[in-house]
Amino acid sequence: MATLEIRDLHVTVEADNATKEILKGVDLTVKQGETHAIMGPNGSGKSTLAYSLAGHPKYTITGGTVLLDGEDVLEMSVDERARAGLFLAMQYPVEVPGVSVSNFLRTSATAIRGEAPKLRTWVKEVKEAMQRLNMDPSFAERNVNEGFSGGEKKRHEILQLELLKPKVAILDETDSGLDVDALRIVSEGVNRVRESGEVGTLLITHYTRILRYIKPDHVHVFSGGRIVESGGAELADKLEDEGYEAYTTKGGASA
Amino acid sequence: MAEAQNSPVGSTTAGAIAVAAESTVATRMSAPPSFDVADFPVPHGREEEWRFTPLERLRGLHDGTAVATGEGVKTAVEAPEGVGVELVGRDDARIGRGGVPADRVAAQAHSAFELASVVTVPKETVLTEPIRITVHGEGGVAYGHQVVELGAFAEAVVVIDHTGDAVLAANVDYILGDGAKLTVVSVQDWDDKAVHVGQHNALVGRDATFKSVVVTFGGDLVRLHPRVAYAGPGGEAQLFGLYFTDAGQHQEHRLLVDHNTPHCTSNVVYKGALQGQDAHAVWIGDVLIEARAEGTDTYEMNRNLVLTDGARVDSVPNLEIETGEIVGAGHASTTGRFDDEQLFYLMARGIPEKDARRLVVRGFFAELVQQIGVPDIEERLLAKIAEELEASVA
Repeated sequence: MATLEIRDLHVTVEADNATKEILKGVDLTVKQGETHAIMGPNGSGKSTLAYSLAGHPKYTITGGTVLLDGEDVLEMSVDERARAGLFLAMQYPVEVPGVSVSNFLRTSATAIRGEAPKLRTWVKEVKEAMQRLNMDPSFAERNVNEGFSGGEKKRHEILQLELLKPKVAILDETDSGLDVDALRIVSEGVNRVRESGEVGTLLITHYTRILRYIKPDHVHVFSGGRIVESGGAELADKLEDEGYEAYTTKGGASA
Repeated sequence: MAEAQNSPVGSTTAGAIAVAAESTVATRMSAPPSFDVADFPVPHGREEEWRFTPLERLRGLHDGTAVATGEGVKTAVEAPEGVGVELVGRDDARIGRGGVPADRVAAQAHSAFELASVVTVPKETVLTEPIRITVHGEGGVAYGHQVVELGAFAEAVVVIDHTGDAVLAANVDYILGDGAKLTVVSVQDWDDKAVHVGQHNALVGRDATFKSVVVTFGGDLVRLHPRVAYAGPGGEAQLFGLYFTDAGQHQEHRLLVDHNTPHCTSNVVYKGALQGQDAHAVWIGDVLIEARAEGTDTYEMNRNLVLTDGARVDSVPNLEIETGEIVGAGHASTTGRFDDEQLFYLMARGIPEKDARRLVVRGFFAELVQQIGVPDIEERLLAKIAEELEASVA
């Protein structure tokens, strides 16, 4: 069973000619089939955790370990991490001018699966996945993220999630900027992947709204660069009622 | 490209229009345009129009020492039925109507060529197949002249391919009758040692549409000078260019759009990628809006993607406006390194770095190629770009 183990992870970032520690000892284990919600106030380091796991060059790992099925993730390049089974749905997906969605998806699937998918089944697979996400077929011919609305960008991220079938999916604020309809469509996509039972999901969010659609097994409160409280789904209800105030004033050293 | 990685050297001037008292486009040249090479002094390298060009690599084209040899280039024209294809002498009246040589090498070419190739599409003839002109270098020195003339309301696509090895100075005239539509694709796919200098003169008729696509991959030194002027109102010019400058290559594109007539439009987009030690790309984009050219709408853009250290770009957009009564005028120039965020996004989807880089560079060009509007040419160029990337981006 696939397991992502994060132990005492410390991460710094260079900003304004100074080194700033953002993650201050994160411990978390995500197993296949489980869904973990990481919730926290702005600036608590949630997104840094997501991007550090994916290997973004902006972040420097200064301590700790990350293992995926016992393999050292931190030793892997960005593409190796993806091929090992890590997937990051980004909060702000990047435009890639001149590269069509269909070309991008096929290139990516070829890399992840280790061989080019058979054209006929692939076209069908993409078409059906797009239909489920209410995406117009013309979408495939557009350039990656170019001129996409916020909702289109997120649906495109979840389309990739469905096609690439990772072992561990990190969803970085996938709910931000979505209206209720788009949130429902995107959540249904995530749930289809979860129902396979083959993915561990790390759902990073500021709001409890998405948790009405995607039920977490575990909820963690993130503040000051670490997890300050963990519990079941009921913890989200408490946050819904009380907000993050208790954590930012007492628990978190820096917001 | 991420903003932080761009160093803009130009900016849009729409809304902030400077009115020039005297055209610097004309005065900064070392001599006024002329058909006679003797009217131009031999350049020494400090002249405004020559300061980016390594004169020693022109192999004598600029100082009269390059003498035409018998086996310079072989030119062949393949045209659909109904198109006139002729070789004519120097005194033919159709030569030189597109424009006057603006620098010494263009004048040298005009003074030295023996026969000109003239391709004529009669009025109202709409071609469904392209006209193909191949210029193959046979290793010698050559001077040439090509004329492409479209009668009123004629429509044609012309593809000019340059291959092989040569030292060539050649001018091209494109004459568009009223309402004519011409798309011309000039591909410089020379061998490594070739030297190619030329001036392209387009004269765009009333309500005519001119689209030029200049594609430069090869050669030791390529210096092209595409120029557009209008013969009547309502003319449209689109000047697209793409270049892939490798180690040691000098590729220079100097454009002039002369808005000499009211209510005409121009859109210039040149994109280049550079890699390797001493790869040097030069882009000069001059747009002149003359006092009488009311209602002009123009935009010009140059973007460069520098893939490695050791490459150099000189990009100089220049917009000169003599009337404020225009629809729009703007320019932009950016030279950037690889966008790390694009690379991260693609790699985060499992795509290895080398493939991701190729995808981004291919995309950088594809964005422009997609605007050409001639599917088989688009495919051919994308295949050529893929081939170039296969050989180089690692």
